[in-house]
Parts: sequence; C-alpha cells; structure tokens
Amino acid sequence: MTVDLFLLQLFTGLALGSIFVLVALGLSLIFGLLTIVNFAHGQFFMLGAYVGAFVLGMTGNFWLSLIAVPLAVGAVGMLCERFLVRPLYGRGIDYPLLLTYGLGLILLETVRILAGTQGIPFNTPPVLSGAADLGFFFFPKYRLFLIAITAIILVALWLFLERTSYGLIIRAGARDQEIVQVLGVDVGRVWLVVFGVGVAIAGLAGVLAAPIRGVFPEMGVPVLVEAFVVTVVGGMGSLLGAVVAGLAVGVTVSFTSFFYPEMATLSMFLLMALVLVFRPRGLFGRAGLLG
Amino acid sequence: MVERSATAGPPARTRPGGPAAIGAAYDFVDRHRVAIAILFLIVLPWLTPYKALAVNILIYGLFAMGFNLIYGYAGMLSFGHAALFGLGAYGCGIPIAKFGIPWFLALPTGVAVAGLAAVAIGWFATRSRGIYFAMVTLALSQVVYYIVFQMVWLTGGEDGLRGVSVPALDIFGLELSLLDPTAKYYLILIAVALALWLFSRILQSPFGAVLEAIRENEKRAAACGYDVNRTRWAAFILSGLFSGLAGALYAIHLSIVPIETLHYFTSAEVLMMTLLGGMGTFFGPFVGALVYILLQDVVTVVTVHWQLVVGILFVVLILFFPRGIWGSLLHWLRP
Repeated sequence: MTVDLFLLQLFTGLALGSIFVLVALGLSLIFGLLTIVNFAHGQFFMLGAYVGAFVLGMTGNFWLSLIAVPLAVGAVGMLCERFLVRPLYGRGIDYPLLLTYGLGLILLETVRILAGTQGIPFNTPPVLSGAADLGFFFFPKYRLFLIAITAIILVALWLFLERTSYGLIIRAGARDQEIVQVLGVDVGRVWLVVFGVGVAIAGLAGVLAAPIRGVFPEMGVPVLVEAFVVTVVGGMGSLLGAVVAGLAVGVTVSFTSFFYPEMATLSMFLLMALVLVFRPRGLFGRAGLLG
Repeated sequence: MVERSATAGPPARTRPGGPAAIGAAYDFVDRHRVAIAILFLIVLPWLTPYKALAVNILIYGLFAMGFNLIYGYAGMLSFGHAALFGLGAYGCGIPIAKFGIPWFLALPTGVAVAGLAAVAIGWFATRSRGIYFAMVTLALSQVVYYIVFQMVWLTGGEDGLRGVSVPALDIFGLELSLLDPTAKYYLILIAVALALWLFSRILQSPFGAVLEAIRENEKRAAACGYDVNRTRWAAFILSGLFSGLAGALYAIHLSIVPIETLHYFTSAEVLMMTLLGGMGTFFGPFVGALVYILLQDVVTVVTVHWQLVVGILFVVLILFFPRGIWGSLLHWLRP
C-alpha cells in the first residue's frame, strides 16, 4: 500500500467518521446530562435530512438549509423533551429509552405519510461537487467540506461548553445536578436546551450526510446503530470519547472496505466487541463530560 | 420460606382494604398459573377471528415470555431479541428447506442455534451494564441481520428462506396434516405448554429468586455471594432458548422464514407485547401478544401506517400505563 493510497483511505475514513462523530456527540451530550439514551436519535438525523431537502427545494440554497435544519430539528426536539420526556425524569432509565423509541416510530411514520416511502433526491451543492487536488491525490471536495465543518462544529461546541456561562452550568449539571439546583439554576431549562442542542446536531449531521447517503425514511436506523457502536467504543457520556471513537470507527470501516469489502459493515462491530472484551466501559468511559 | 403461624398476626393473604375473596382468587390463579394459561390457550382459537391469528398469538406469546425472563424478571432491557427469534427460525428452516431433515430434528436444531447465539451475544452483552446492555444487544443483533442478509446461498437473503414445508406430521403412525390450521394450532400448543411449565419451574427455582434479587439490588446480590454476571448470562441463554423455540415454531407455521424475523423492529415488537401485557408477570406476555396481534389485525385493514400506532402505543403506555394491562390489573387487585 503506497503512501498516497494510505492517505486517501485515511481521509475517506475521516469523512465517514465525521458523520459518526456528530451523531454520537449529540447522543453522548444528552446522555451525559440527562442520563437518557435517545433511541429517537436516528430519526432526528433523518428528520434533518428531510428538512434540509425541503429547504433546498424551496430556496435552492444549501447554506440556508444548513442553518434552518438545526433550528427546526432542535425546536422539534425541545418540544419532545418538554412534553414527553420531562414527565419521566426520576422514573428509571428504561422509561425514557422506550419512550424515545416510540417517538422515533412516530417521527418515521409521519415522514412516510408526508413525504412518501420512496427516497427523495439530494444533490451535492455545485460549489462542493468535483474533486480537489491535495497534492498526493484527488479527493472529493464535499468530503473535505464534511471534515472541515465537523471540526468547526466541534470547536464551536467546545467554546460553548468551556467559554460561556451557560456551558459552565451544563458542565456543572453533568457533575452534580443537586448542587446546581441548590445554587438556584433552573435545571429543567438546562435539560431542555441540552436535548435541543443534541438533536439539532443529529439533524445537522443528517443534512450533511444527505448528499452521500441519500434521503429516505429508513436512513436513521443504521445511523442509530452506528452511533451506539461509537458510543460503546468511546464511552457513554464522554464527548472526547465520541470524537475519538467516531473517527476511529470511520477509519476502520474505510480501511476494511479497501482490503475486505465484504467485511466493511461488520468491522465496526468487531471493533466494538474488542473494546467490550478489554474495556467494557469504553475508551473514555467514566471520565467527566469532556473527558 | 417462613412458615406462617396462626398467631403471628393476620395472614398475609387478607390485605387491608381488599376483600379476602380477591386475595384468595389471586392466590388460586398464581398457584395454578400454568394450568390456567394452557386452558385459556386451548379455547383461544375459538375466540379469534381466524385460526392463523391464534397461531401467531401463541408463538409471539412464547417469544414474549422468553423475553420477559430477562426484561421483566432480571431487569435487563434487550433490544436484540430478534436475533435469537430469527436464528431459531432459520436454524429450524434451513435443515428442512435445504437438507430435507425431518421436523422433529430440525426443531431442536433451531432451538440449539438460538441457544448458541445467546451464549455468544450474552457473553458480550452481559459484560455491559444497564443502558449499555440495550445498545450492545441492538448492535449485535444487527450483526446477525447483516450476516444472514449476505449469505443468500443459504438463507435466501432479502427474499427470505423459502420451502420450509412440513405438510404433515407423522407421530407414531398418526398422520396429522399441518395444512389444517386447527391441528397446527394444537400441535404448536403442545410445545408451548411444555415451555410454559418449564418457565414456571424456572421462576420458582432458587435461580429465579436470584434473578429477581439481582434486578432489585445488584450490589447486594453480589455481596450475598451470587455471581451476578454468570447468572445474568445464564438468564440470557435461557431466554434465548425460549425465543429460539418460538422462532423455530414460527418457521414451521409460515413455511417460510422472512428476513423481517431478524429485523430490529421485531425486537421492538416483542418488547411492546411484554410492556403492553405487563412486564415481570406470568400472564402478561401472552395478554400483550393477544392484544397487540388483534389490534394489528384490525388496524392494518384501515391503514398501512401500523408503526405509527405502535409508536403512539409506546408513548402512551410509558407515560400513563407503565404496568401494562395484566400488571395494572394485578396492581388494582393487590394494593
């Protein structure tokens, strides 16, 4: 394997992993603070792709859809948290999980009713189509864009959590909710925002993945499973874990599909099995919210 | 067990505020639960709109019962039981369809395949705790789905496995046609009745008690010297055997094995039935399967969006009715 080819597979893996990172990040963020496994996460991803396709169809502007999607999906998520998830706090971890699963089915069927069971097309924006010359090799521009925008989202999220007073409350809430509550913070509102931000990132990942994966009602199902694999590998509730594991899973799948294409889908599960054997809590499990 | 003496306060069976008759009826049903369940299942085909529906209720009831062992009694939420059900179905269907092996050998093969899968999946999954468990079982069941999906030469892939035909059973010279739905129902009921009896015995055994102890307080059970991981693993395997039996019977019932048996929606369906009926109760899974399948039968005539109804059911049950039908009934009768 030459250096060029190695780098090409590496970059392909990083682009693939970017989507994993974004989906797992939202999942981990929500779990870290609310201790809820959001089983509807994949359906928010799907919803993002559909909202993106709708906005793109109405305005023809890809960038506008990148702004509209997180807002719309985040709003839906906040409504769900406020009226469905909130009554379940303090009632055991299974209940929110089952409820969000039901919520996911409702979202899935609603989209099927509104937009049909067939997929809808989503073209790569013209500016980002084609390949860029990276010196060693040519690489699809859109995938480079994916890596870049994921990096931007990560930095923005990091700044939000580390450098704003709201982020401080979120980090404190993840560590000890009771104390935060005693200090006079409305924890309920923090949870609402965190749930909204978490699913908004999933929605954004959906529209970003749309040109590569396509837009169809069932697209959220494999994504949920992939996000689970990443979360198990990285460690539940650890944002650093989500990033490292997401990229690692992406690169693993990319290299496996080069050497043994038929094992590509299974490779991520093998990675998960390995982690479970040697480190059942995940690579960064049990660490604080930001690892 | 502590013997109740006549002088040591009022007997535990008369509850404050509840008439003694209800307590007595409750105990009667509980003591004869296997017989009552079998009696009910004997009359069931005469209560459903058509016989094939009763067969589905029987098989899914058995599946939900197996699922209930680990979710209701051991408190482990598995999202991957479709893998065990589906492998039971393929494990029974492939020998019949591809190798012409008689049903009475294929049926145990299916159960064994599911059991082996439960050994493997359970080993990985029981290493994880609580919320991880649901995620790991879901991920591993997807692995099974992908593998079966890709092995088209053996499993038929997306089209499902065809040709699992068992037209007639030859039992000690007695020829029984499986094309007759009534005969098929009662033959399957024999297997289900045996499973019910075995299941009841497991619950009454010390193992069943340890299982519930782990659900209630894992650390304390471990402190009492029970090997928590091994018990959870054993429960998962037992649950897999029951689920595999349900799957194997399903293959014989349908004469084909659809790939949907392995789909994760099947895992959700069995979870739904268990919740609907009442998790951790003996009759709950069968009540849940009955209501779910009858409801599905009615709703799918009106709309193709059955999953929307399932989703709403999930939300409503969790928010307002987490004990399920049978569980709520027990709760009202026994304050």
